Amino acid sequence: MKKINPHKTNFIRKVEEISGQNIGLCYQCGTCSGSCPNFAEADILPRQLMRRAQLGMKEDVLQSKIAWVCASCLSCTANCPRGIDIAKVMEAVRLLSLRENIDYVNPRELSQETIAKLPQIAMISSFRKHTA
Amino acid sequence: MKLSYLPGCTLKTKAQDLDLSTVAAMGALGVELEELPRWNCCGTVFSFADDDLMHQIAPVRNLVRAQEQGGEQLVTVCSFCFNTLKRANLLVKENSDKLDTLNTFMDEEEDYKGNVNVVHLLEVLRDEVGWEQIAGKVQNPLKDLKVAAYYGCTLHRPIEAAIEPPNKPEALNDLIKAIGATPVDFPDMTTCCGSYQAVANPEIVINRTREILTSARESGAEMIAVSCPLCECNLKENQKELGELRMPVIYFTQLLALALGVDSHLHQCEQNPADARPLLESKGLIDACSATYI
Amino acid sequence: MDAVETKMIPIYIMGQRYEVPEGLTIMKAMEYAGYQYVRGCGCRGGICGACGTIYRIPGDYKIYSALACQTAAEPDMYLTQLPFFPANHVSSDYAELEGVPEDIYKLYPELFRCVACNACSKICPMDVPVMDVIAYIKRGDIEKAAFEAFDCIQCGLCTSRCFAEAPQFHIMQLARRLYGGKLAPKAQHNAEAAKAVRDGKFNPMLDQLTSMSLEDLKKEYIEREIEPETAGDEWKPKETKWLLEEYLR
Repeated sequence: MKKINPHKTNFIRKVEEISGQNIGLCYQCGTCSGSCPNFAEADILPRQLMRRAQLGMKEDVLQSKIAWVCASCLSCTANCPRGIDIAKVMEAVRLLSLRENIDYVNPRELSQETIAKLPQIAMISSFRKHTA
Repeated sequence: MKLSYLPGCTLKTKAQDLDLSTVAAMGALGVELEELPRWNCCGTVFSFADDDLMHQIAPVRNLVRAQEQGGEQLVTVCSFCFNTLKRANLLVKENSDKLDTLNTFMDEEEDYKGNVNVVHLLEVLRDEVGWEQIAGKVQNPLKDLKVAAYYGCTLHRPIEAAIEPPNKPEALNDLIKAIGATPVDFPDMTTCCGSYQAVANPEIVINRTREILTSARESGAEMIAVSCPLCECNLKENQKELGELRMPVIYFTQLLALALGVDSHLHQCEQNPADARPLLESKGLIDACSATYI
Repeated sequence: MDAVETKMIPIYIMGQRYEVPEGLTIMKAMEYAGYQYVRGCGCRGGICGACGTIYRIPGDYKIYSALACQTAAEPDMYLTQLPFFPANHVSSDYAELEGVPEDIYKLYPELFRCVACNACSKICPMDVPVMDVIAYIKRGDIEKAAFEAFDCIQCGLCTSRCFAEAPQFHIMQLARRLYGGKLAPKAQHNAEAAKAVRDGKFNPMLDQLTSMSLEDLKKEYIEREIEPETAGDEWKPKETKWLLEEYLR
């Protein structure tokens, strides 16, 4: 039978359920931050997101930008010495907002020029990662 | 040799040159790529959520289509299609419960049995054709051309869906060598171009482009070869924002077609600083009128 | 002689049980049950798309669709009509559209949210392969999309089932309009016929008719040569001088 850790809040359990990852494994080495190409565009580093998630800091996690500037390149995942698929944690964080029907991108608000210029795969992938 | 082929949506519009040069080059190598008679968008990005099968339907439905054709292999050249199809395939092969759920949901389709193999064109070139065979068929060696092989993210990550050991990207380098050009290693061969952030955060993509082009140029490359239509667009379009930092961007299949003496479907895009034609002309590899205009 | 007794069957309209005569269409059964149509009924001929209906049969998990005016009510049908489903229709200036896929992408970018679940095709009462049509549009093949979507009657049931929240029926209509007006090859013979009219080829015939007396005109009408119903493509009238091909030669 699966043990339930009483110290894990519902938020932590939800992140782990969606991502399929044990976020408790993270020992804060920061390799993910070092390999993330987009960390400079966000307010906190991937490592800091992991720590906040471990501590169940729901508001901090959901309001941070890092999961939204993530491009799902999987550099963090490929380099994590603890074997955590951090990209999946990022996805879980995005989905916790998206599943509340809160969009990050509104397809109808994109400029006509953007839609005409970009290849279809740009829009499809963006909407998959950034719309509810 | 005849192989089932899924081109992908973008290859039918903005990246037509990738589709057409792929089919032409493979034809010259004796490989007939047979486009699936019916296919849909693969979804472009793999869904990472453990509890979400809704976004696995699109790729798995394409695997059903490949199964219907009786092919054991499904070839893609778009890196996005490749990664999404391959990962969805692995997911349902390793999780029979998820496959059952998807098969039950898609009750209008035949059940997917998990027997299709998703392969990238570079794998076909390496494993089915072979670098030496390719070298032997080159009509127009791309001498004195220094090409940076840009693999991007999705050909090498995650490890289980990679076309080769991720820390040693070499398939595209080997191809560049086989067609007589000089492959140039550079630090950003597998770093991300910013991908779909082109929609929500275009400044990210501009920054990524700057870094990738700078490192390619400092490593001595004259052009960048790519396989992904989104990498191509990001690296090409954003050069307009980057002043003097210019570098031609080309699909690797166009180089292959050029070397094999078949139609490379090179665009004429005078407005774009990333146009590969002037460089190829200056090397005497194409003359001003030889390329096809599409 | 005994009157033929009509067999009554139970159907459930919005959850309420009614006994209706067997053999009626859903629409007539609803009227028999006392519903008066204000919306949800149009041509009664299966073409206007106003009477989209959703139903289930006990013991079957599937959702079925029908046009109420075309489908016979069956025993134990649980049904509701869905005459209207909210779907954003984006206005555009047709003259400014270019007949390229980007026309559609700009007006309906949400189509890129399609996950290929195929719920749209399954619900379509006209058997339009809606998912495939959206797939064709995603890859820029407006012609294929327009042909595959030809049977769409704009009932909107596809949109009611869409995971991507896309208004497929409006998107498909746009594809048909782009194809019809901007992509389909223009019929060359129409232009030639119009030119023949403008050049006055038919003026002598018209002048002759307008100068005739009423009696002569009636006689001419009654004695006119009529193309037989069984005539094939090769059929020609006895008098060939008014045919366009004569003129073009």
